[in-house]
Amino acid sequence: MAKELLKGNVAIAEAALRAGLEAYFGYPITPQTELLEHLSRRMIQLNRVFLQAESEVASINMVYGAASAGVRTMTSSSSPGISLMQEGFSYIAASDVPCVVVDIMRGGPGLGNIQPSQGDYFQVTRSAGHGDYHPIVLAPASVQEAIDFTVLAFDLADKYRHLVMVAADGQIGQMMEPAELPPMRPIRAERPEWALTGAKDREKNIITSLFMQPEEEEAFNQQIQARLKVIKKNEQRWYEYLTEDADLLVIGFGTAGRIAYSAVEAAREKGLKVGLLRPQTLWPFPEDRLSELADQIRGCLVVEMNAGQMIDDVRLAVSGQVPVSFYGRMGGMIPMPDDILTAIEETLTRLYSAAGLPI
Amino acid sequence: MHQSFLLAGFGGQGVMFAGQLLAYAAMDEGLEVTWIPSYGPEMRGGTAHCYVVISDKKIGSPIVNNPDVVLAFNNPSFTKYEYLVATGGLLASNASLITQQSQRADITHLPVPATDIADEIGNLRLMNVIMLGAVVTAHGVLPLNSIKRALEGHLPAHRRDMLADNYTALERGAAFTSELFPVK
Amino acid sequence: MLATLNAPISENSLQVVYEYPESLSPVVTHYCPGCTHGIAHRLLAEALDELGLREKTILVAPVGCSVFAYQYFETDGCEAAHGRAPAMATGLKRVQPDKIVVTYQGDGDLVSIGAAEILHAAARGENITTIFVNNAIYGMTGGQMAPTTLPGQKTTSSPFGRNTTMTGSPIRMSELLANLDGPAYIVRRSLHDVKNIRKAKKAIITALKVQMAGLGFSMVELLSSCPTNWGIQPEKALEWIEDNMVPYFPLGDYKVRDEVNGL
Repeated sequence: MAKELLKGNVAIAEAALRAGLEAYFGYPITPQTELLEHLSRRMIQLNRVFLQAESEVASINMVYGAASAGVRTMTSSSSPGISLMQEGFSYIAASDVPCVVVDIMRGGPGLGNIQPSQGDYFQVTRSAGHGDYHPIVLAPASVQEAIDFTVLAFDLADKYRHLVMVAADGQIGQMMEPAELPPMRPIRAERPEWALTGAKDREKNIITSLFMQPEEEEAFNQQIQARLKVIKKNEQRWYEYLTEDADLLVIGFGTAGRIAYSAVEAAREKGLKVGLLRPQTLWPFPEDRLSELADQIRGCLVVEMNAGQMIDDVRLAVSGQVPVSFYGRMGGMIPMPDDILTAIEETLTRLYSAAGLPI
Repeated sequence: MHQSFLLAGFGGQGVMFAGQLLAYAAMDEGLEVTWIPSYGPEMRGGTAHCYVVISDKKIGSPIVNNPDVVLAFNNPSFTKYEYLVATGGLLASNASLITQQSQRADITHLPVPATDIADEIGNLRLMNVIMLGAVVTAHGVLPLNSIKRALEGHLPAHRRDMLADNYTALERGAAFTSELFPVK
Repeated sequence: MLATLNAPISENSLQVVYEYPESLSPVVTHYCPGCTHGIAHRLLAEALDELGLREKTILVAPVGCSVFAYQYFETDGCEAAHGRAPAMATGLKRVQPDKIVVTYQGDGDLVSIGAAEILHAAARGENITTIFVNNAIYGMTGGQMAPTTLPGQKTTSSPFGRNTTMTGSPIRMSELLANLDGPAYIVRRSLHDVKNIRKAKKAIITALKVQMAGLGFSMVELLSSCPTNWGIQPEKALEWIEDNMVPYFPLGDYKVRDEVNGL
């Protein structure tokens, strides 16, 4: 298929539909609304389910219902709406039903604003509401990745019967780039054997998150943890650029990651030995690769559009081997390549002088 | 080649569409391109802007501190963005609405009486395309024809009847620049 | 009478007049003595049997005493988050409109925390059936004030009796929802005596028929007892329904769309 100039939000919506999305439930919120609007037209045209819910709380519970029926289903929102969905995430997590949630992050806390932010990193990676769980979190940095990761999200959700989030920000949702959409996949004809389809010629199926006996609840939690371990082993994804000889590794995801790419290019033009690691999965975090790179670099510079959230995962992965510094903007402010370049130069200066090396 | 454009004006002046025409044209020329709008309440009534980055390499940041080219459609945009234009860059202003002259010696200032020209063609809405014709001709990164093809391919269905007028607007803008800067 | 008793029992003379509904699972009840949830469960199971719906029904259980409702039915079932049963049911029904989706919810679940979800499901005319068990108290958490707790009624969180100046007055949900255009069938029945129990069953059958016919949202509110948390004997609890709840929550048909009468 040829490349088209596509807006991130529209591209995600169309990619989901082509990945076999059967039911979408959502509530308008800037900066993700075009996603909902696109599906409000396309899903109805294709005779699939589209419903504008009364709240994000209702959206996610409608998704829970549709997912329990064994269809490919999703919702999308932005930070304040994702906060409201946490309850539903927890029930979905505890029910082993697959679904996809798109978060087009905006400035916070509170109502905040509608400008791009990455302030949901903790919210999406640490748990799904209450309880021990991690959704799989994919972080696109371009419209093409937004498309590819949306399709991947559905496949991973089904593969692991897991909650998968696509965490982008307002910039990726709003920007247009040339990108290629995937071919239309048919709607899945079969329903999984665990789905709630009516107990005809089989035992009844129950989907519940309630385990009153602590022994039973612990055993169920152990199952979740075992699955998370497999996911952690199999699904770490990242993009890497000019790391072979890098003294300083810049680490950023999504929009911050692609802006850092510009800064790394500018640094290289100045002859500075700088590379880039852009995590494409936020959970599982690409800790194995970062841990390897920690053996060959002198330090890291983490760039985020928040007060420093992913930096915790970076510190855990490098495990004290190298110093970790930070450059971030908050409240919907976007870091500029020049500002990151300055941070790169300052960090390198510190690292070299600490090592007694000429700058 | 790596060029960044900032287009700014009142909501309703066709800022976003002019930026998209640039983006479509760049894509059709096989270049990398990003288009990103300001969004939210400022779209209605306030000053709207969008960034377009065109490059022959992979594009990192879709926004920049100092755009190579600024298209200012109204006074507030001129005031806000004049000083941001990169050294050696181009500042194009809609001279029908913006009477100021740029005080900067390190950039090229291209004042285009775009609203007046649009009035002559008979449709004030064509101002944005006139500006684009003038800028593309002065800047030289994209051929004028690529914008023409973008218009043909992407003018919304309910504006198809205005295609010929849009071509005229593009050519009038281009002609204005050519007269100002005769081909050497 | 004596003659009948003394007559020899032959195989042929035995008739099945009462049996365990196929849709009801043979499990030991966890409900308190005298609680009317058991009656409500049985009525729903009998209705599903009589309409031949067991194999296509999905029951959405609430949070509250009936949190385990799915264990009592031989149908597919699930457990919704507190108050969200109508939203979950919406998801289930929209992707498989040929199935029968029933939410079973108490007053805390439906009237308090899930007020938004039930209101909008009803307003959309969502083609689901809701069994709403109203016993004027929070049972599972041990007897706190519900949005349907009567004025002056003592609970563990209104120890001096419900003060309507401070806490507002009980919400009559059937009347409230009946104002919307979406619902096809909304009635209130009671489980305090045999006559009313029979009426309740008829209403549940009608509500399910409404869903089968695709007419839209249907709800049967059932006034129920909670002897444990009301702190009165089971028999007295049934009287308490009649004496106190029925006057505040009048029994009757609040919304019966014309098409329903033809079912």
